[in-house]
Amino acid sequence: MTEPLLRVRDLKTYFVTEQGSGTARAVDGVSFDVRPGETLGIVGESGCGKTVTSLSILRLIPEPPGHIRPGSFIEFEGRNILTLEPKELRAVRGNQIAMIFQEPMTSLNPVFTVGDQIAEAAIVHQHLSRAAARRRAIEMLQLVGIPDPEERVDHYPHQMSGGMRQRVMIAMALVCHPKLLIADEPTTALDVTIQAQILELLERLQAELGMAVMLITHDLGVVAGTADRVVVMYAGQVVEQAPTVELFAHPVHPYTEGLLAAVPRLDAPSLSLRTGGRGRLHSIPGQVPAATAWPDGCRFHPRCPYAWDRCRAEEPPLLDASQGDAGTHTARCWLVTEPQRRTRRP
Amino acid sequence: MIAPPPLVAVQDLVKHFAGERGWFGLGSPRAVVRAVDGVSFEIPPAQTLGLVGESGSGKTTTGRAILRLVEPDRGRVTVDGLDVLTLGPRELRALRRRMQIVFQDPYGSLNPRMTVRQMLAEPLAIHRIATGPDAERRIAALLEEVGLDPGFGRSYPHELSGGQRQRVGIARALSVEPQFLVLDEPVSALDVSVQAQVLNLLAELQQRRRLTYLFIAHDLAVVKHIADEVAVMYLGKIVERAPALALYAAPRHPYTTSLLSAVPVPDPTAQRNRIVLSGDVPSPMHPPPGCPFHPRCPHPKKNDRCRTEPPALRAVAPGQLAACHFAEEPL
Repeated sequence: MTEPLLRVRDLKTYFVTEQGSGTARAVDGVSFDVRPGETLGIVGESGCGKTVTSLSILRLIPEPPGHIRPGSFIEFEGRNILTLEPKELRAVRGNQIAMIFQEPMTSLNPVFTVGDQIAEAAIVHQHLSRAAARRRAIEMLQLVGIPDPEERVDHYPHQMSGGMRQRVMIAMALVCHPKLLIADEPTTALDVTIQAQILELLERLQAELGMAVMLITHDLGVVAGTADRVVVMYAGQVVEQAPTVELFAHPVHPYTEGLLAAVPRLDAPSLSLRTGGRGRLHSIPGQVPAATAWPDGCRFHPRCPYAWDRCRAEEPPLLDASQGDAGTHTARCWLVTEPQRRTRRP
Repeated sequence: MIAPPPLVAVQDLVKHFAGERGWFGLGSPRAVVRAVDGVSFEIPPAQTLGLVGESGSGKTTTGRAILRLVEPDRGRVTVDGLDVLTLGPRELRALRRRMQIVFQDPYGSLNPRMTVRQMLAEPLAIHRIATGPDAERRIAALLEEVGLDPGFGRSYPHELSGGQRQRVGIARALSVEPQFLVLDEPVSALDVSVQAQVLNLLAELQQRRRLTYLFIAHDLAVVKHIADEVAVMYLGKIVERAPALALYAAPRHPYTTSLLSAVPVPDPTAQRNRIVLSGDVPSPMHPPPGCPFHPRCPHPKKNDRCRTEPPALRAVAPGQLAACHFAEEPL
């Protein structure tokens, strides 16, 4: 098996809350790998820690109130990012690892042209001249499918639609040909027809440039269509990870199972909710707990239909649930050791 | 069997917004935004019409114009036989008891300085429905009906999760015992697991109270499971309207077909023919001539007629209307 490009081990990113009333353990012992050229989907709902994980990888966590705990380890191409000097870090960030964000309007600077913003990374990292960087910006705009790039290069973000702005963000991120692109909810703010365009664009660029993509999303549909492997997060932890096809076919963790069942599906017959009879969407009872007070034992146990005494008392580690090669499918659930307890829910 | 008269009827509804003036309000007004441009539909009692479309399609303005939260320019709206658009302020207020709205953003639509109890007591007082201990009883019952412990009455919005806030928004709308609810993207801001809870709640409430819903959404998968009939909007116009089963099984307008094909399906093994539309939705200030969808339309037979002659919304199958010259040859 190839060496991973990025290796995250026992990442803990905590925040001191305003009132000083406690510490929010936003990311609490997260481990996963990203291999060269693959797409890893990171899935979870609000507050599960998926965005804090990605910001930690680039060391973009504001300190204070946040801090990455000692013992955390983020290795990119054999070097621990967490111990890099500022200068070394700058050589990685935006150059070998790039990131795009959910909201293209607030992530672009409104007072610079899109050309200036794309050229900046090329000037800083690749030491191109202004003229060469401008030519590079035009090439990038063309690459991401913006019509009339020679004209568009001098436009400001407000002159563009949401879909165009997300293309500009992608052009900015890819200008240095990064080995890893972190895409945090890149299509969540976009309409569905524009989302389809952006996902297609990312897929094409990934194939052309051979980069790895870490796709962070709450949308299981987006993951199913794009990711090779999926990491599911809940309450600051990885609760399951598996190859995409296997995860959707055989979810092991009750949270993954519940999430998959809760998605209203276009490819399923109508539930006709109104007529009552057949009609109810599966839902997960209760709410996500607060990051200052994760439940004892398994963090999902208060919402889990199968929980028993052990789940309330003892926190499960990631257990091997692979059907094929060992370690390809893991789940943080005691059901892995006692599968007979997975009874049909009431 | 004779169909019951519709509870809500909308005919040729039009709302145009004057463009802003340039030069800090002193210049000549810019082009008009045709937000809603001749929309018609009916909703039978205790049924749900799903109104879907992308940003800027006019679906939200349609919902607000029906309730006169924005004043429409033209058209006719009746709710339970009453002509909404000709009512004076006092009669309109009385009618507002019968029609209510639930907004998308459960963070922005609740007053942060009021407790849940105060927010629910206010409509009861304004409409002279109940005060004092009677109001307290009703508030407790409402909270219970939307699945919240009555103890939440003392909470402020910031103490609640997104799903809990949306339940409060629903309770507030129900407090005056309306017949008709406009639900404007009621679950779009919620996480999947909570979204399912709120959708189930809306379905239960509809059955129990025989409510009529206009369910506005951009998510076609959500609408599939809750709507009886679906109308698809594009640039201020309805381009297709059909019973939900027909629309999802056999869409006739190429926009509907493309929209359905673009929805990601949570199945990595699914073989799909995704139609990726090129370009953006045109500006509603300058809608294209002819069929408004023609610049993005993937239909192989697209021709000069599409570029010049706006297609009428016409019956193409029983109960199914589509505004496409080639509706008989769907994609």
